[in-house]
Amino acid sequence: METIKITIDNKQVEVEKGTTILDAARKMGIEIPTLCHMRLDDLNIENKPGGCRICVVEVQGRKNLSPACITKCDNGSVIRTHTPRVMNARRTVMEFILSDHPKDCLICPKSGTCDLQNMAHRLGIREIPGQEIAEMSTYRKDTSPSIIRELDKCIMCRRCEMMCNDVQTVGAIGAFNRGFMAAVGPAYEQNLEYSPCTYCGQCVAVCPTGALTEVDHTRDVLRAIVDPAKTVVVQTAPAVRAALGEEFGMKPGTLVTGKLVTALRELGFDYVFDTDFAADLTIMEEGTEFLTRLKKFLNGDKNANIPILTSCCPGWVNFFEHNYPDLKDVPSTAKSPQQMFGAIAKSYFADKININRKDMVVVSIMPCLAKKYESQRPEFSVDGNPDVDFSISTRELANFIRQANIDFVNLPESDFDRPLGESTGAAVIFGNTGGVIEAAVRTAYELYTGKKLNRLDFTELRGMEGVRQATIDFDGFPLNIGIAHGLGNARKLLDEVKAGRSNFHAIEVMACPGGCIGGGGQPLHHGDSSILKARAMAIYEEDRNKPIRVSHENPYILQLYKEYLGEPNSEKAHHLLHTHYFDRKAKIVVKQ
Amino acid sequence: MSSIKIELRQEDLNKIHEICDSFNNEPLELINVLHRTQEHFGYLPAEVQEAIADKLNISTAQVYGVVTFYSFFTMTPKGKHPISICMGTACYVRGAEKVLDEFKKELALQVGQTTPDGKFSLSSLRCVGACGLAPVVLVGDKTYGRVAPDDVKAILKEYE
Repeated sequence: METIKITIDNKQVEVEKGTTILDAARKMGIEIPTLCHMRLDDLNIENKPGGCRICVVEVQGRKNLSPACITKCDNGSVIRTHTPRVMNARRTVMEFILSDHPKDCLICPKSGTCDLQNMAHRLGIREIPGQEIAEMSTYRKDTSPSIIRELDKCIMCRRCEMMCNDVQTVGAIGAFNRGFMAAVGPAYEQNLEYSPCTYCGQCVAVCPTGALTEVDHTRDVLRAIVDPAKTVVVQTAPAVRAALGEEFGMKPGTLVTGKLVTALRELGFDYVFDTDFAADLTIMEEGTEFLTRLKKFLNGDKNANIPILTSCCPGWVNFFEHNYPDLKDVPSTAKSPQQMFGAIAKSYFADKININRKDMVVVSIMPCLAKKYESQRPEFSVDGNPDVDFSISTRELANFIRQANIDFVNLPESDFDRPLGESTGAAVIFGNTGGVIEAAVRTAYELYTGKKLNRLDFTELRGMEGVRQATIDFDGFPLNIGIAHGLGNARKLLDEVKAGRSNFHAIEVMACPGGCIGGGGQPLHHGDSSILKARAMAIYEEDRNKPIRVSHENPYILQLYKEYLGEPNSEKAHHLLHTHYFDRKAKIVVKQ
Repeated sequence: MSSIKIELRQEDLNKIHEICDSFNNEPLELINVLHRTQEHFGYLPAEVQEAIADKLNISTAQVYGVVTFYSFFTMTPKGKHPISICMGTACYVRGAEKVLDEFKKELALQVGQTTPDGKFSLSSLRCVGACGLAPVVLVGDKTYGRVAPDDVKAILKEYE
């Protein structure tokens, strides 16, 4: 490694050649302010268009100020980060940005977590000279089932564009026009609904301002709760318990499962259940489906649809419907845990407590924005009554808890209700990349070999690399597994499958970097990937603490099959728990 | 999320594919592809952009971004008689802007637009190399020199 010596703010440091001024300064504990720049270490995600110029510094011998995020250090560079010239330039840049930004912070959904607001505060901006005469760029508001775009608040940092194009390779949005007319959006400035958007929400997760936010359903939920005619059932996804605490100042990676349950009861939900129950159910259905396909495949059936692709992630489902419609028979037909839960709650459980499904409202708490869209898919409803009525994000739940005057941090812990609240460790790890396939392996191994596993932690399936592969010994049969998180990584695996070059038997895909723990509905990470890693560790901790860690031993799952569904993949299970996919690729047809 | 259907005539689709193929379907050649396509169709409607994106295997948002960034590209068809007013330095200092304003007023058009009957379209350009004749107006292939705002009505009348 070649190193160079530089001086920043009178302190000498030795750094690797090619290091940017920003990184060198960080290494020394000097935090140069940044706005458009964002990086998630270990995930290969970086946005550095060098566009906002907030991070400018003075480099001795250079006439102009240099943006620290894209300027590499030279040997012997002498850099100053807080001279009057630098500070003035930063203020001027900030004033220019703010002059073209709405000043409605009081009622902005991003208020308090807004990077722009924080920067204005950090730089001590107290007035915006010339704003009376400054022209403001305006843009219409676009509301989709999951995401709201309010581009008046866009500062053209291009983070969303980077996420959508470089990381996710979805290409739903891009920058268009120039100058004041410039904005980021779908082709022809159509609504997001008419673009190949997957609603993964990664654009929302990285937006520094209130330009991209989620559709808020908390008021609908409150109305249902206070309606005496409605029985309101709530389910919470695994990744929520590993992140919700952050919203209340708790350390990233703090597990708040018990407090979460208590909070949901205090909010007035009639039954507090767990999406993890449905995750166990997913493993039963998807695992059985996989073993059936695998047996066909091993018998030489060319149409066995191996590798099987997981189907829990609605962003991923949207992605292959748009981009790989020719492969739409390859993913598992199992519904996602959210939808399995809704279908079972409004049939099995509604029967059990003797109410009509129309009098039941199912609410889901999700780390995800695509779940909002998923719950509104027409195929997931019966006579217009959706299986899941409202899906709210981890962030929305935190706001809901605050509005209900609940002191979350000091809440006592309590347990989920039965029967739909019981789950195993295998279900919990659904929140992490690699988790769904690890849970499936635990069950599939025991069902395939008829033997008990003597280890449950498949560490070879864990980690943060974008594409991972592992071979698991199924009692002499080598089972090849592929894992991708982030849709761009999924595309790499899918292209291999499409070209017939893959030797995988099963592939897990999660749309968001890190899996659901890094979902578009989670507390904002502000570019700190250590937060995502802490959440992942918390999920594995919850798994280790569970008395049962394989899905097929969940007693309430076994009871559900005995009392109601019969066998996994039975006709009734197919009717309630399986789905089909649609070709949504834009079609170019010949005009007659 | 909804599935979009784009309709194009077979011959137009063939032409787009021919142009893309001539650049080896290389996404980095997008600007050249757009140039050639606009040369052929006169403008770049959404359907055409969609077909280019599909052929080059890039997102439509990216194609649209390039089309809207460069003022040379247009999504509105040119009129039967395209009018271009030179706004280069020489023409500008000799009053081209007033001439342009007069065309805007007479035709009730903005730069980049076409009249509803498809007869005239209005654009501005930078220097046609006839600075001695400034200010210069082009209507189709015909060049008008030393144009004053008062001449505009008479020029338009020639094309009625």
